[in-house]
Amino acid sequence: MENMAGQKTSLSIVTNISVVALVLIWLIPTIGLLVSSFRDREQISETGWWASMFPVEVAYRVSPEPEGVTQDGDLYMFSGNLFSASDEVSGSGDVSGFGITGRAPGAGTPGQTYGRLKLIVTEPDGGTDEENFETAWPADGQPELPETDEEGRPVQDFYIDRAVTVAANGDFTWMQDGEIGRAPTVYIVAAAPPDFGLDNYEQILTSDNMDRAFINTLTVTIPATIIPILIAAFAAYALAWMDFRGRGFLIAMVVGLLVVPLQLALVPLLQLHNKIGIGQSFLGIWLAHTGFGLPLAIYLLRNYMVGLPRDIIESAKVDGATDFQVFTKIVLPLSFPALASFAIFQFLWTWNDLLVAKVFLPSNSESWVMTVKIADDLLGSRGGDWGILAAAAFISIAVPLIVFFAMQKYLVRGLLAGSVK
Amino acid sequence: MSPILQGLITIIVGVGGCVGYFFASNWVLDKVIFPARNDDNGRNINRATMVRPWLFLFPAMFALGLYLVYPVVGSFWRSLYNRSGEEFIGLGNYVTMFGEEGFRTAVFNNILWAIFVPAAATFLGLLVAQLTDKLKWGNIAKSLIFMPMAISFVGASLIWKFVYANDPDIGIINAVRDFFGADAIDPLQIPFWNNFFLMVILVWIQTGFAMVILSAALRGIPEETIEAAIIDGANPFQIFFKIKVPQIMGTIVVVWTTITILVLKVFDIVYAMTGGNFDTEILPSYMMDYMFRDDGRATAVAFVIMIIVLPVMIWNIRQARKEMS
Repeated sequence: MENMAGQKTSLSIVTNISVVALVLIWLIPTIGLLVSSFRDREQISETGWWASMFPVEVAYRVSPEPEGVTQDGDLYMFSGNLFSASDEVSGSGDVSGFGITGRAPGAGTPGQTYGRLKLIVTEPDGGTDEENFETAWPADGQPELPETDEEGRPVQDFYIDRAVTVAANGDFTWMQDGEIGRAPTVYIVAAAPPDFGLDNYEQILTSDNMDRAFINTLTVTIPATIIPILIAAFAAYALAWMDFRGRGFLIAMVVGLLVVPLQLALVPLLQLHNKIGIGQSFLGIWLAHTGFGLPLAIYLLRNYMVGLPRDIIESAKVDGATDFQVFTKIVLPLSFPALASFAIFQFLWTWNDLLVAKVFLPSNSESWVMTVKIADDLLGSRGGDWGILAAAAFISIAVPLIVFFAMQKYLVRGLLAGSVK
Repeated sequence: MSPILQGLITIIVGVGGCVGYFFASNWVLDKVIFPARNDDNGRNINRATMVRPWLFLFPAMFALGLYLVYPVVGSFWRSLYNRSGEEFIGLGNYVTMFGEEGFRTAVFNNILWAIFVPAAATFLGLLVAQLTDKLKWGNIAKSLIFMPMAISFVGASLIWKFVYANDPDIGIINAVRDFFGADAIDPLQIPFWNNFFLMVILVWIQTGFAMVILSAALRGIPEETIEAAIIDGANPFQIFFKIKVPQIMGTIVVVWTTITILVLKVFDIVYAMTGGNFDTEILPSYMMDYMFRDDGRATAVAFVIMIIVLPVMIWNIRQARKEMS
């Protein structure tokens, strides 16, 4: 048809580009989460996930053992290579900064010496005092001294308290005033290669009880998916194919109940559950999800069953089949697509639910489902731990996503049966 | 008992119980109460036919009555009592609630949600449905945009926390601002606008739903009307707005109302993202603030939500009756 109008090409390019843009916008948040969940936690805080394919500048802490110490006056020194001094430094062998404190791990640039000097300053009364001063200077030169310190006292002289010279390839010389007892600490900043792994998943599953929450979610979801289907199928058949007074009223009621806000049910039913001894428990949440899922189930299944060919059902009845036989032998097998589509809805809905779980399940951590675990626990206690959060979120959305992509056809069919007729 | 075992037993008992109920009750009806033999054969079959629908319907009606009809009355009744449920205070809960600023903020925000989310999701859904209609990879594009439907609101909130994070090395928004040299902001703490940042999450989830349904509706439009328009020289925009949109108006309304109802129920996003702080409270999250603390107040808020939904409910029932007759 667009060919007829003779404007296919220009319009279709615009269309393609806009759809690509929309799809990208829709996907980017989820991709960000997925990528982050596999990244090393330190790298997450260093660069955005969009840069995760590139090396990341990471600060390492190295403690080289003092070997081959030489002495020059009061100054003791030894040399070596920082990359071979530690297993943890996974860097590419390219130092981009170094320092002697964790506060400023990249204060010096390779080829310089960075260290702490003792400045000897003259006090106003003529005496002298010593003061710490950190600075970097060329490895083959001398540090530049300030003329006065912060209090305005003139600087006379200095000596090196501790300092390190680091070359880009990791070669270093450590010097220190006095004997070197313990291994000194040197910080280097080096480009670390992208670091992907399952560490976040491992941690969240083993030490954070997410495995328990996963099992709880399954425990809530499966009975709460199967039982309403069964009940709804019988009711839908009655509403679709059996004649009795009040049928129209009941159908209208089901349609009306589709929109009743869940919020209403929470307080009175929790009280009822407490009164009859169910309390906050798995049994309670199964019953609740069954009740809440029924209107949609009956509505979808009835819409579908009404559309089944009338003559099949009538001829079966003429042959002497009871409604019970018609239902179990003919209608139920024919209704498989509708049953599947509701099953997917109910599964997704119970899996993803937070409200019903918060109200009808006990509030102890043993009974948390994943949504509650994430919303009430992880977002608070691990608010800044993005790798863990991402892994937790991905564990919780993985199963629905698999179901979604595998059963999309039925899901769409169910939506269409429910909304447009 | 471990929950897994408990779950298995429930499945067996629950499913078995249901199947058993239907089998047994029908058996009793056919063989014991109204057996199809003797002289009363015909009368008994007729009687059984009259009773059977109610056997089929009973479990569903019972559950619906208990979990959805009773709560409407039960909640209203409870909302007339004080915090502990011991003292009848009439409309006291409602009076204090309407006088409170937090409640007014929640109502105001909820109105914003109820306007913005359905409008944006329906518009975007329609746009995608139309754009992908004739596209070769249209179905793939649709699947990807539909995907968030499968994700929990909590999961979606977490996904968007990454987008909104105030660290330019984590949040995309601040990374873009950083690129242009602007300072980092925390989108969720900017009063008024933070509401829209939260709504975006729901729009992200619901656009796929709107798209699927509107796309089916677009496919249902008879080809002739469009061909006629093309022959008359209409451009694609005229075809879309003057021919297609009016024909699917009914479906647009259905999609719009469905999303509106959803908006009135959603509390997860606000709860997970801001906890209702920074003036982002909406009615359902406001209700959860009182849940477990003050049942009188909680039920009063729930009932206000019910009253807001009521017109939609009546409209729904009318539509259903019209279709049936």
